[in-house]
Amino acid sequence: MKVSVKYFANMRDRMGRADETVELDEGATVASLWAKVSDEPMPENTLIAVNMEYTNTEEALKDGDEVAFFPPVTGG
Amino acid sequence: MKVVVQEALFDPWEEVRNYQEQNLPKGKHGGSVIFVGTMRDFNEGVDGISRMYLDHYPGMTEKHIERVCEDAMNEWDIMDAYVVHRVGEIKPDEPIVLVAVWSRHRAMAFDACRFIINDLKHRAPFWKREQRPEGEHWVEGNTADERAARIAS
Repeated sequence: MKVSVKYFANMRDRMGRADETVELDEGATVASLWAKVSDEPMPENTLIAVNMEYTNTEEALKDGDEVAFFPPVTGG
Repeated sequence: MKVVVQEALFDPWEEVRNYQEQNLPKGKHGGSVIFVGTMRDFNEGVDGISRMYLDHYPGMTEKHIERVCEDAMNEWDIMDAYVVHRVGEIKPDEPIVLVAVWSRHRAMAFDACRFIINDLKHRAPFWKREQRPEGEHWVEGNTADERAARIAS
């Protein structure tokens, strides 16, 4: 299956890209996606969204999902 | 209820006046609470911040703030809520965010406005990158609203 991945703010700088499409095995989770896109452990304060809803590393992914990784938010 | 995320500079007072005229029935609201967040030229002990760039997650940002406004309208007896938030390049003294809430009585409007801005600051996907004298800097976290934390605890 394929998922689209987005990185924002300093996560985009750290990854050196804003987005990408990643091919994953069935049953993959957010944690296994991260292991595929980065050799480094995920920074502790990373926020995760799947299809624009906050979630955690254990969420199982499905084909066509949009996954985003980003640092704590600083709007307002 | 309306949520707008835009690059363009806006006049919060004109926005409030226009929104109220077009959306609020006359003679029915007893209180309106308006929060305007403005860009400072100092932050975290650093002076001379000349501008900032506000990054966001298009789609999720709007969806998240709309849900927070709906939650506020369900939680408190408020009549309407209007939020405008800028993205892109912002300069000191320019407005960043407007949260306007109308209700029959003041207490509801105060509580709902505070709830919306606090959630927005801690959950809505926006990120500030400041232009400081020594270079660009991603702001790493918003200051906590200590009073709100005290009330909640």
